[in-house]
Amino acid sequence: MKFTRRKAIIGGIVGGGLLGVGSWFARERDRLGSRTLFNVKANEAGLSGWIKIARDNSVIVAVPRAEMGQGIQTALAMLAAEEMDARWNQVRVEDPPEDGVYRNVEILIDALPFSPEEAGTVVDTVHWVAEKLGGVLGVLATGGSTATRDAWLPMRTAGAVARDLLVRAASRKAGIPVADLIVSEGEVRRKDGSRVATFGELVDFVGDLSSMPPPPLKKPSEFKLLGKPLPRLDIPAKVMGAATFGIDVRLPGLLYAAVLNAPTFGGSASGFNIKGQLPKGVETVIIVPGGVAAIGSSWWRANKLLKEGVEVKWQPGPEPQLDSAGLWKRYEELLATAEPALTRTLGTENKPAIAQTVEAIYRAPYLAHTTMEPMNCTARAAKSAVEVWMPNQSPTLMRLAAAKAADVPQAQVTVHTTFLGGGFGRRAEVDLVRQAVTCALAMPERPVQVLWSREQDIRHDYYRPMALARWRAELDLSGAAPKLASVAKRKVAQSPADQFGARAAGLPVQGKPEGNAVENPPYAFPFYRLDAVVAEGSVPVGFWRSVGHSHTAFFDESFVDELALALKKDPLVLRRDLLAGKPRHLKVLETAAQAAGWGQPLPAGSGRGIALRASFGSIVAQVAEVAVPDGKTLQVKRVTCAIDCGPVVNPAIVRAQMESGIIYGLSAALYGEITLADGAVEQANFPDYDAVRLADAPVMSVHLVDGGSSFIGGVGEPGTPPIAPAVANAVFAATGKRLRSLPLRLA
Amino acid sequence: MISFTVNGQARQVDVEADKPLLWVLREDLGIVGPKFGCGVASCGACTVHVDGVPVRSCSLPAGQVAAKTVVTIEGLSLGKLHAVQQAWIEQQVPQCGYCQPGFIMATAALLAAKPKPSDGDIDEVLSNICRCGTYSAIRRAVHRAAAILSGPS
Repeated sequence: MKFTRRKAIIGGIVGGGLLGVGSWFARERDRLGSRTLFNVKANEAGLSGWIKIARDNSVIVAVPRAEMGQGIQTALAMLAAEEMDARWNQVRVEDPPEDGVYRNVEILIDALPFSPEEAGTVVDTVHWVAEKLGGVLGVLATGGSTATRDAWLPMRTAGAVARDLLVRAASRKAGIPVADLIVSEGEVRRKDGSRVATFGELVDFVGDLSSMPPPPLKKPSEFKLLGKPLPRLDIPAKVMGAATFGIDVRLPGLLYAAVLNAPTFGGSASGFNIKGQLPKGVETVIIVPGGVAAIGSSWWRANKLLKEGVEVKWQPGPEPQLDSAGLWKRYEELLATAEPALTRTLGTENKPAIAQTVEAIYRAPYLAHTTMEPMNCTARAAKSAVEVWMPNQSPTLMRLAAAKAADVPQAQVTVHTTFLGGGFGRRAEVDLVRQAVTCALAMPERPVQVLWSREQDIRHDYYRPMALARWRAELDLSGAAPKLASVAKRKVAQSPADQFGARAAGLPVQGKPEGNAVENPPYAFPFYRLDAVVAEGSVPVGFWRSVGHSHTAFFDESFVDELALALKKDPLVLRRDLLAGKPRHLKVLETAAQAAGWGQPLPAGSGRGIALRASFGSIVAQVAEVAVPDGKTLQVKRVTCAIDCGPVVNPAIVRAQMESGIIYGLSAALYGEITLADGAVEQANFPDYDAVRLADAPVMSVHLVDGGSSFIGGVGEPGTPPIAPAVANAVFAATGKRLRSLPLRLA
Repeated sequence: MISFTVNGQARQVDVEADKPLLWVLREDLGIVGPKFGCGVASCGACTVHVDGVPVRSCSLPAGQVAAKTVVTIEGLSLGKLHAVQQAWIEQQVPQCGYCQPGFIMATAALLAAKPKPSDGDIDEVLSNICRCGTYSAIRRAVHRAAAILSGPS
């Protein structure tokens, strides 16, 4: 529904001629790009903007998305290799230049975190993109679990075109009719299997050949590579310590900068005093957006100076007295009285004659991302050009922010995207590029690498919003057994979609909830009502792996278990009943339950909990098995996960992403809590903002479910939302204690 | 001036004695395999070997490695792929990969001291953080590396 509506809205704008680019998003061939676009060198031939071949037989695939661990380089290369029948060991990837051809259409159509009611917001976003980018809808971005979904058709089309061009080139070279030739295992052959030409031998024969309209794509039954657990392309370099992350960028004359950000949100530095002389290794201290930076030949020395040798005059932000207790009180008032920004009802409300009310209030805290690679950005400002090297999730947004910071036209900014040491949504933000360009302008012609300490990272994040929700259900007691009559959810949270649009792109604030946080539960409730209140506030909030699903799944799936208790039904049975019309959801649920041994006896003090959440086009169910040996210590022993993500590109990567999402969500469920005092974050580093480590990691099993869908779903985020409620529900099964606040604490 | 051996080469650096080894490697010697993750010896991304012992180099003053032998991820494979790296590739461990040099160095040291580690040994020694959650793959790979090292597979 969301897809159709968004597509209709955007299609309406585009079809109306506003952008004058026709129905670009519907036609994959318009995303092929020119054959010269992809940095084609002398020993190479471009087959489209996405694929080139080289004399050494390499097939080089353009990956304009951020590799942050999700395996996107491998997944996109597999799509191309499949359709052109390349051998996997001849395929490699390269960054293409930044060009609108490589835009992420899916993120615009399906994954902008606004709710489907918000036509105005989507329209504004499209207008903004059009205005900023000169009429071409072309945001390069990685997020919203969209990258493979976006490439599913265009990359395969590019592969099919490549294959067709190679056959025509071989025909031209060998004088054999096209009809007698096939591509197999990375070379062109006669139908009897004899070799006609390797790909490398065809570099000079592609010339002006054309493959329009693009040939048809393979049927799934013809796939040779897709669906296989092929080895990832990025792993050898990462295992040898040779992969270049942002922090590893080394350039001639490189300087390093450490940063101290204003302690309170929205604060800034108005001046500073350096105690004594600048130490060796530090050249200068300057004011940067949001704080001060010390720049020199040693980051360690610069950081030490900021900690010990600089007194900064801070301009406080708008809420310097903010603390967590006060914020929760504010949210409780909003929950009780505020006008919702969004109200939605599904079904018809019938008031039962004899009713029982079931009510529960749930809380989720602010969370930091803590990517393993701390925040960093390297920039160089020469006479009229700005160059940026950065682990980032959107080179388009980084270029905009760099151009603005340096006051140069966008065309004079180049952004190089390195490997990302984790992204999770944090690296879509533009704060680091602003600070790095500011430092670079202070040191003309010298590259400056801004790096934040872990303390700065945790205290100056764009947090997963804290959220407060009240679920209420009416049970009909007039019959022999209690029956569900209606459910209603009222929730309060800030909107990261609103904040992000405003700070990264200058979009007007809409006052609307973030879309993932207000998606409808899949259950056939007789009547469902949602009231979503948007909290204002100065705490910066952003996109955190699975965004609004991360807290909403905890609220929704915990409450379904509470309903099961009130209705005297097994939690699995109640879900099964409520999903009767949803065969894909049901199959995922049943797969997880069965694989986990649902219903089989466990030792005393142990329990199982189940949760289900559809997000980013995929459906995931998880069963957690916990032990609470002493009534206080919570151990998550085992997690069984089932996912239906539609067509599977690489099952090993899907499994790895499920495990990854589970561990990320489990760290938050068990330990994650950012609290505020005096307008500042109280946590600072891993000792007080910990993550699950190997010894605490549950045994995990992942089951891929084929629900018959031909639409591909995302996998980077959908593994995260179900784990917190699955564990909370398991704790209830083990102990009879219902934990309604995250992180889950028994004592 | 501090003198020590890094990945088989004698090096001399003119740095403060309290500058952590991690930053000497990254800033003064251009060895960027060891990563900065926390600066407080909590996450293990900076793990290197000093005289064969795994240390968190972000918290080890350079003065303390004078005359010692340091091995980083770049120097782990001598001539042929180290068994731990081979197992890491076979088991397809890394996701973002940032923490993996630390895990690999910690594992190589563990196996040198204990060729057949139990799951309990692995839990105890590999206390590093991986935010991508590659832990189950790491456990498989440690056992696989132990098997490779124990003889022809």
